[in-house]
Amino acid sequence: MKLTVNGTAHDVSAPPEMPLLWVLRDLLGLTGTKFGCGIAQCGACTVQLEGAPLRSCVTPVSAAAGKRITTIEGLSKDGSHPVQRAWAELDVVQCGYCQSGQIMAAVALLAAKPAPTDADIDAALSGNICRCGTYQRIRAAIKTAANLRKGGRA
Amino acid sequence: MNLIENVSRRHFLGTTLSTGAFVLAAQVLPKSAFAQDPGVRTRAQGAALNPSVYLGIETDGKIYIITHRSEMGTGIRTTLPLVAADELDADWSFVTIEQGLGDTKYGDQNTDGSRSIRDFYDAFRRAGAAARSMLVSAAAARWKVPASEITVQNSILIHAKSNRRLAFATVVADAAKLPVPKDEDLKFKSKADLNFVGKEREIYDLRDITTGKAAFGLDTFREGMVYASIEHPPVVGGSVKSLDDKAALAVKGVRQTVTLPAPKPPLMFQSLGGVAVIADNTWAAFKGRKALKVEWNDGANASFESEAYKAQLIATVGKPQKVVRNLGNVDAEFAKGGKVIEATYSTPMLAHAAMEPPAAVAEFKDGKCEVWTSTQNPQAAQETVAAALGIYKKNVTCHVTLLGGGFGRKSKPDFAAEAAYLSKQLGKPVKVVWNREDDIKFDFYHATAAVYHKAVLGANGKPTAMLHRSAFQPIASTFAGDVEYPLPFELDLALTDAPYDVPNIRAENGPARAQVRIGWFRAVTNNFHFFALGSFMDELAHAAGRDPLEYLLDTLGPGKVLDLKAQGVEYSNYGAPYDKYPIDTRRLRRVLEVAGEKSGWAKLKSGNGKGYGIAAHRSFNTYVASVVHVEMDGRGGFRVPRIDQVVDCGVAINPDRVRSQMEGAAVMGVGLARTGEITAANGRIVQSNFDKFQVARMSDAPYQVNVHFVESGALPTGVGEPGLPPVIAALGNALYAATGKRARELPLSKMKWT
Repeated sequence: MKLTVNGTAHDVSAPPEMPLLWVLRDLLGLTGTKFGCGIAQCGACTVQLEGAPLRSCVTPVSAAAGKRITTIEGLSKDGSHPVQRAWAELDVVQCGYCQSGQIMAAVALLAAKPAPTDADIDAALSGNICRCGTYQRIRAAIKTAANLRKGGRA
Repeated sequence: MNLIENVSRRHFLGTTLSTGAFVLAAQVLPKSAFAQDPGVRTRAQGAALNPSVYLGIETDGKIYIITHRSEMGTGIRTTLPLVAADELDADWSFVTIEQGLGDTKYGDQNTDGSRSIRDFYDAFRRAGAAARSMLVSAAAARWKVPASEITVQNSILIHAKSNRRLAFATVVADAAKLPVPKDEDLKFKSKADLNFVGKEREIYDLRDITTGKAAFGLDTFREGMVYASIEHPPVVGGSVKSLDDKAALAVKGVRQTVTLPAPKPPLMFQSLGGVAVIADNTWAAFKGRKALKVEWNDGANASFESEAYKAQLIATVGKPQKVVRNLGNVDAEFAKGGKVIEATYSTPMLAHAAMEPPAAVAEFKDGKCEVWTSTQNPQAAQETVAAALGIYKKNVTCHVTLLGGGFGRKSKPDFAAEAAYLSKQLGKPVKVVWNREDDIKFDFYHATAAVYHKAVLGANGKPTAMLHRSAFQPIASTFAGDVEYPLPFELDLALTDAPYDVPNIRAENGPARAQVRIGWFRAVTNNFHFFALGSFMDELAHAAGRDPLEYLLDTLGPGKVLDLKAQGVEYSNYGAPYDKYPIDTRRLRRVLEVAGEKSGWAKLKSGNGKGYGIAAHRSFNTYVASVVHVEMDGRGGFRVPRIDQVVDCGVAINPDRVRSQMEGAAVMGVGLARTGEITAANGRIVQSNFDKFQVARMSDAPYQVNVHFVESGALPTGVGEPGLPPVIAALGNALYAATGKRARELPLSKMKWT
């Protein structure tokens, strides 16, 4: 099966029903995408498929074959994506485990809505659980990232 | 005594010690922080200048600082090194942080009880100050000037008089030849000279986290590794009656199954046993597990029904129980009559549900075992693995990864023991992956509890007598099997230490036998004890017709250091010496006063579907007051627009990380109070994932959390847990203010809030 992850083509031997999450983690060694619940309840496994957010823990790898997959590792070479910069600026993370998924969900939101309201952010991010409780900073960082993008500083 | 018995015995003693400052006043600091150890060498230890187990400096000026405590989100991995780097006057960009292996040379490593800063602040200051002193002495000799004329800035030694400068790197080799100064000869920087302590600093791992590079336990990879997923007995203490693994073995990628031995009581941190499916990848292991056909012997715990159990606890606290604190004569005061208020509160079991489920990789080779795991307690992991394998603890190496949350669950290394056992059986490295269902169904649960309070009100509605009584599944049961009373420390968290200026106080505790594994959850028994106490004080304020804040301040009295010993309490004080960290109600008053100012309490008028609640509690030697706002949604639910948290932790070393802990505690407090509940039927846990065990999400978390500091100048204390208990009580109080309905049972979602 041919997979394109972060611009790199891979030839993967996996059963078609194997979730993309485990292909990324166990077969390709891309461990930035996290396992949280396995039933699309927590968002830790969020990646992008053709730019749209996707729960990789319930997506069979066959559904991603031939499509453009982006993981946290592919967001930027050096952590310079506006969302990553905003996350750093506001010291969003605590334990950090859910944050790959939060960042990927935020990137997808900003692509769809460059200036999201609180309600937009709630709607887009409420599927991403953070047990440490960093929600307030996530919301603020998304607004910071929106400004970074608008200001052309991206 | 044969090896196994010997190891088991050591295991018991060792585990008891490693379970925390709570359990025993174990030796916290290593015998000598400056002792050289011939064991595993860190880069810090291998460095040219190595005055402490926590710190080393190389001849190129690179500084290596060990964090021996686990990083699960508090920022401790950065904060302790900042303390050392500050005393060293280091250039922070030259600092590399190394995670310490499990090793007694570092002292206690069980990262629980919010005590890393309290217990190791001085040790890290000494490490930095000792290195600085040696570098200064070396420069003084080089320049032939008095050491007192030398200052240090950003890893540069400066002699201002002669306008000379030397980088640390140039004198490291000379400094290494000097004797390490004695503790009593060390000089520490004055507060005004501190560069890092008290300043905001980004955590060391931040950029690795935002780029997906950070390595958690579940991310560990070893060459030749296989993956294991374990079907545990659905009832604690159960065992495999029969196994049919044909269908499981037919799953592509599944290699074999291994039956794990059933644990022998007391359970401690042993594996629960069951059947492991071994596969080439995690998914195959999960899939194979679903195809297993296992019949179980359930054992006696199959009779556990959590609802009936809770009713029993409520009945228990309705009757006189064992006295654990006694001041004055409560019965005589009640007998005089007057306005008597009584209330019974109850709370459910809770699961920790850290975002990273338990995971460990183990590699057993040549009689030794190496483990990589998300553990809060690497020394207990060594002991538990050693006992599971029948080898000595010294033959177990425990690498601590970053933890995707912990909240107390990851102090218990049963999953590491499973990986080690399987690695020994299979002769290759094994990664054990618990899925979310395993995590929620086989936790060491936060106890379910019932708490009864009674008070009689005197002049101005102030209580003249108070009776507190609790019953809950004891943590002690996990360590000693068939016990029905808690360890003393479990009572000292908001039961025996109620701080109010009341002449007659009695606290009692009733028996409760646990039928599931019970463990400590962030803030431990404070959560239910203080939910009840903080709510009851609010009930008294309303019964007295007084403003809750003004009533709390009045009931605390003018402020003093409590003498609990005189009241029959051998107070464990979170493992801290009482003379240095006493219960000082002046500090509790102060956080309340500041909460009143910062929240604009005097102007907050409840009504029209809005309500405001307040509570303050000292826990883990830190004082926190919370003011919670609620807004009813008219459909039986509520939102929380704002919470103000006021914290006095003595010294806030990295204020941003104190703030983040207080913010997170506010979110968790609201979440667990609103929907947190674990139930059991036929001894089996009912919930299994985030669909049924609901935790706070962005849409129902408090919208805004403001954190305010009281700089008391007291000794620094921890912040991981103390933010949680007052939020829960203040939330219930806010709901009462908004609706006139009192939350006496959690979760709040059981009631319609209109």
